[in-house]
Amino acid sequence: MRFLLYTTGDNTQPSAPPTPQMIEEVGKFTDETRRAGILLATGGLGPSTTRVRNTGGKLAVTDGPFTETKELIGGFALIEVKSREEAIEWAKRFRKIVGDGDSLIQEVFGG
Amino acid sequence: MWRIESPKLIAGLTRIVRDVGLAEDLAQDALVAALEQWPESGVPAKPGAWLMATAKHRAIDRLRRDERLERKHQEIGREMEVQEGQQEGDDLLRLMFISCHPILAPEARVALTLRLLASLTTEEIARAFLVPTSTISQRIVRAKRTLTEARVPFEVPSGPELEARLSSVLQVIYLVFNEGYSATAGDDLLRAGLCEDALRLGRILAGLVPKEPEVHGLVALMEIQASRSRARVGPSGEMVLLPDQDRSRWDQLLIRRGLAALERAEQLGGALGPYALQAAIAACHARARTSAETDWSRIVALYDALAELTPSAVVELNRAVAVGMAFGPAAGLELVDALRSEPALRTYHFLPSVRGDFLAKLGRHDEARVEFERAAALTQNARERELLLDRAVASRHRDA
Repeated sequence: MRFLLYTTGDNTQPSAPPTPQMIEEVGKFTDETRRAGILLATGGLGPSTTRVRNTGGKLAVTDGPFTETKELIGGFALIEVKSREEAIEWAKRFRKIVGDGDSLIQEVFGG
Repeated sequence: MWRIESPKLIAGLTRIVRDVGLAEDLAQDALVAALEQWPESGVPAKPGAWLMATAKHRAIDRLRRDERLERKHQEIGREMEVQEGQQEGDDLLRLMFISCHPILAPEARVALTLRLLASLTTEEIARAFLVPTSTISQRIVRAKRTLTEARVPFEVPSGPELEARLSSVLQVIYLVFNEGYSATAGDDLLRAGLCEDALRLGRILAGLVPKEPEVHGLVALMEIQASRSRARVGPSGEMVLLPDQDRSRWDQLLIRRGLAALERAEQLGGALGPYALQAAIAACHARARTSAETDWSRIVALYDALAELTPSAVVELNRAVAVGMAFGPAAGLELVDALRSEPALRTYHFLPSVRGDFLAKLGRHDEARVEFERAAALTQNARERELLLDRAVASRHRDA
């Protein structure tokens, strides 16, 4: 089963830059997931968001940040694991390293 | 949590107690302790380390009742100090080697590997392999006993032995993969899940022995084959052969991963081994956007190399197909004709089917019809039989 793990947050508030220690720990964690054979793809996300919206056939392009929605920020990981429980366990481990905030998990079909 | 920690735990404990069966029991005990204690005390910062420490204490308790108490006690005392990381990886690798030990029958290696390294339950393995649970549990019990009785050392083999032992590990992983790959739509999902289990084991192994080209070769082969899994089954569950697959349904992420793994195998230098060669052949198909764009002459060259390394009638037949595609049906037919007396291919429907295809392309429809009919009688697959009979009928009309 494949899951997309990603972090969300409030892009209108500047967040403190990660400490070198956290960067190192995240690097170690990423390496661990790779060695565990579960990591298919991962990446960090740039700070600015652009939205393309279709309203009744009319396309509107807007640059963020958007106050009304929590944006996908930070990064994502596409993992291949046996169960949702396992995906949750990996997300918990990641969340412990990066501290406060949300990580969301969704199963990926087809793809 | 169990799936993540259990292989490492069993591997570390096997190093200490030198018995996979005991190590697995100790690991299970530690998990039970965790399930009891964590809800109250909270999950420890390093769950893996907690489990290992708990299991080691239990190991001491067990061994206290044992005569070898003193020596073992000291050993474990030392073990408690050893750090994680490198050691952990080494233990995991040793566990793979011991689970795939040639002293065990191939099906026992498969069962033990899935149990200890992929953390499948006995019931899950039985369901995936379509055999009774009791068969699998007996297989596992007997395998553990054999390893203990033969005092198989818990080590990474070195020198010339390494190659043979590594190839046994690769064989087990590929067996698991193929078992999953042959699953059909009606099967239990667990069966198809074996592909993912095998891929995961392969990726782990590639991380543990990154300098072994054949490990990357096998990973590449599995990633590329897995990339086609959605395209190889049609709407009514029938199998779709490679040339007829909708290539837009191929999983490009797995293809990229497969090509990258193949590149790693090639960069390590030396002649490609059988897995890397098969991966290179699969890569030729993966790179072609349409069936017509396939680089058949490169595939012929790769089959030449493969036939030299692992000569077999099936490889020769596949080579004949590639030759026919690269250099025309007459050249292919000549090679296929030479294989007609091969005992190994006597009941293999693919031989008459290939021969029929070449004959049809050469306009020899009457002979082609006979071959398609023969192939239809030999295949076990109903959908394939239908396709072959269709071709036989078409040949009859062309001939008339």
